[in-house]
Amino acid sequence: MIATIASFITAAIIQGIPLLYGSLGEIITEKSGNLNLGIPGIMYVGGISGIIGGYIYEKSVEAPNPILCIIISLAASLAGSALMSLIYAFLTQTLKANQNVTGLALTTFGVGIGNFFGGSLLKLFNESGSISLLETGKAYKTVLPFASKLGLFGETFLSFGFLAYSAIIIAIITSFILNKTRTGLNLRAIGENPATADAAGINVNKYKYLSTVFGGMIAGLGGLYFVMDYTAGAWTNNGFGDRGWLAIAIVIFALWKPKSAIFSSFIFGGLYIICVYIPGLSSSAKEIIKMLPYIVTILVLIFISAKNKKEHQPPQSLGLTYFREER
Amino acid sequence: MEAPAIELRNISKSFGYITANKNINLTVNKGEILSLLGENGSGKTTLMNMISGIYYPDAGQIFIDGKEVVIKTPKDAFDYRIGMIHQHFKLVDIFSAAENIVLGLRNEKFNIKQSTAQIKKISEQYGFDIDPSKKIYEMSVSEKQTVEIIKVLYRGADILILDEPTAVLTPQETEKLFAVLRRMKEDGKSIIIITHKLHEVLSISDKVAVLRKGEYIGTVNTAETNESELTEMMVGKKISLNIDRSEPVDPQDRLVINKLNCINSDGLKVLDNVSFTAKSGEILGVAGIAGSGQKELLEAIAGLQKLESGEIIYNNPKTNSSDNLRDKTPLQIRELGVRLSFVPEDRLGMGLVGNMDIVDNMMLRSYKKGKSVFLERKKPRTLAEKVVSDLEVSTPGIETPVRRLSGGNVQKVLVGREIAAAPTVLMAAYPVRGLDINSSYLIYNLLNEQKEKGVAVIFVGEDLDVLIELCDKIVVMSSGSVSGIVDARTSTKEEIGFLMTKKAEGGNSNE
Repeated sequence: MIATIASFITAAIIQGIPLLYGSLGEIITEKSGNLNLGIPGIMYVGGISGIIGGYIYEKSVEAPNPILCIIISLAASLAGSALMSLIYAFLTQTLKANQNVTGLALTTFGVGIGNFFGGSLLKLFNESGSISLLETGKAYKTVLPFASKLGLFGETFLSFGFLAYSAIIIAIITSFILNKTRTGLNLRAIGENPATADAAGINVNKYKYLSTVFGGMIAGLGGLYFVMDYTAGAWTNNGFGDRGWLAIAIVIFALWKPKSAIFSSFIFGGLYIICVYIPGLSSSAKEIIKMLPYIVTILVLIFISAKNKKEHQPPQSLGLTYFREER
Repeated sequence: MEAPAIELRNISKSFGYITANKNINLTVNKGEILSLLGENGSGKTTLMNMISGIYYPDAGQIFIDGKEVVIKTPKDAFDYRIGMIHQHFKLVDIFSAAENIVLGLRNEKFNIKQSTAQIKKISEQYGFDIDPSKKIYEMSVSEKQTVEIIKVLYRGADILILDEPTAVLTPQETEKLFAVLRRMKEDGKSIIIITHKLHEVLSISDKVAVLRKGEYIGTVNTAETNESELTEMMVGKKISLNIDRSEPVDPQDRLVINKLNCINSDGLKVLDNVSFTAKSGEILGVAGIAGSGQKELLEAIAGLQKLESGEIIYNNPKTNSSDNLRDKTPLQIRELGVRLSFVPEDRLGMGLVGNMDIVDNMMLRSYKKGKSVFLERKKPRTLAEKVVSDLEVSTPGIETPVRRLSGGNVQKVLVGREIAAAPTVLMAAYPVRGLDINSSYLIYNLLNEQKEKGVAVIFVGEDLDVLIELCDKIVVMSSGSVSGIVDARTSTKEEIGFLMTKKAEGGNSNE
């Protein structure tokens, strides 16, 4: 029984990490007032870019160096998701396009890019079969050497690759920056009331651009974690599924707080996988249980709207395009 | 002699063909409070915005401490130690007072504790009563204003500009603010306060500068002037406009407003025991400084504004019955023939849909008339054509989206549609704002036509000359209450101007 619970916790954390990256990215973006619904697509691109980078490296050398495997795929992934969020920032900030429409288009686009390269990468290199980056996957899955010696505790909490710990560290750093630094204060002011921030001499455009791109890059790491650690370097089309949307749901569930996002992600990860641990479920019952995270999100939305506490509301100008008043 | 803290020489500014400021001269010394007095649209705020770096003057010079300076951005203004407290507060709701005060500062380390101590020091020095850790959304209007003032003091401002600071305050809060301003003055700060309340001008300032329609009228020492002199400087001599005015024929009580009270979302009393009667065949003018309750009054009659108490009795000429409009929905009120047209504070938003063409906008008022599920476009089209030709709307065609039309033409479309419904009460707020002379006269004639048809017209205006020549009776409002009802044929601009700026009765009794 304890072994089952332990393996469930491990599974929940593993499922939760991509969600945590996604929700952190979205929180950083939304704090600037940009509602980036392109996050699911950006996570796809983060994943496939890492695959492409790692694949080219593994193909080009005889004996791939694990550290280089990580650096190259990581850099490729960050570049891919940065580019995607730059498109979003350019459209919504510079061209003042509607944020919702832009975000949704970007998601469709990102999923398409993922599936296109997922299907054609091998063909481009005249190979057949399926994408599987053995060396890179192995490098990402390297765990702390002493974890296995710590028994059940080590297996449950310390048996993850470095990206899992990085997610939690990034969450804590994000929380610190948002709440304890001038940069964070400025960023939050922009998300709440860009006109006020502008009048106070803060460069609204710069902050919005940077937070959107940084947020996108962090979200993209969620996709990278999924393909490199969770599936150990293998790509299947649509394999990432609806996790991107779940990440956006977590932002609401965590009330736009990075630290709350850590536990929210693990809860959602658990809800996502719990059907496997309940014996004797029919496949339709499984699908119903998979809906739980979304139902919980709706309940949270009802709750925060009914309670109407100001601190629990989304940034006030979320989703609105800021025009400096002319005249 | 020491150079003045700030001096303006021949400042001019125009927006398009409208001159907002023309050759303005102002001087404020250290430790002096100057009141900037003028009616709405006289260019007070524009002038102050040029000092604070929001606009850039077309011509003229600004001197600070005797040196000529160029102020291009709000940051430049900060650097010259100028701080402006706007009418609309620029604060982040979920931040604390301290966070708002330090927002955007670059030259000091981010340390809320240290800033809080500094804020407390400033508060003690000038006698502010503020909790730096309190969130803005939990604050009253006057507390928010205090935060704004501390914000500019924290940045080291020596010249403070306050844009109608007392408009949102209760008399007690105003007294408190004035006490703080006097302490700042003793401390050597220079203060410019924009206002149109004469008694405040007399009680707080050392000098008064008066603007009228963008022009500089003059500066007088407060000690050497009085209310009637200031009123005359503010409203100016009467100009004859030659608007036709017929004698009312058989006026009947159409709309009896009885003791209306209304409190807005900020908890301020915006209508205070408002009573008057609008008669058929008459044009009833409503005069007052903007924001004295005109908008709420019209919206209350149209059923759009929630009231605390009072009644609006409508005597229906068709059925001879009397109804209290407070019990009716906006739609029922409309069907009785009470029409609200022109709310130019938001001309397109409230009356017309900018992206729709003239025909579709006509249909907004008739969509309930059709019998089938499909739209009936023939009648609205005829109406649109009629409005365009009768009112000489200049438009490429009736299929042009109204947002592409000029302001005057938009007004004509709106009034044309409302008149077409054969109203019994027609309300028009600032119908000629932004219109050229010819269009204005066209609107006056339309209103006169309606009056001759026996409609009770309520005309909210800002130009006293127009009100005096067009209306039969004028209700003057001041801070939400009726300060007087005068006969337009015998009244003078000075009388109305004096009533407009009259202190609300029963208000500040400790003076």
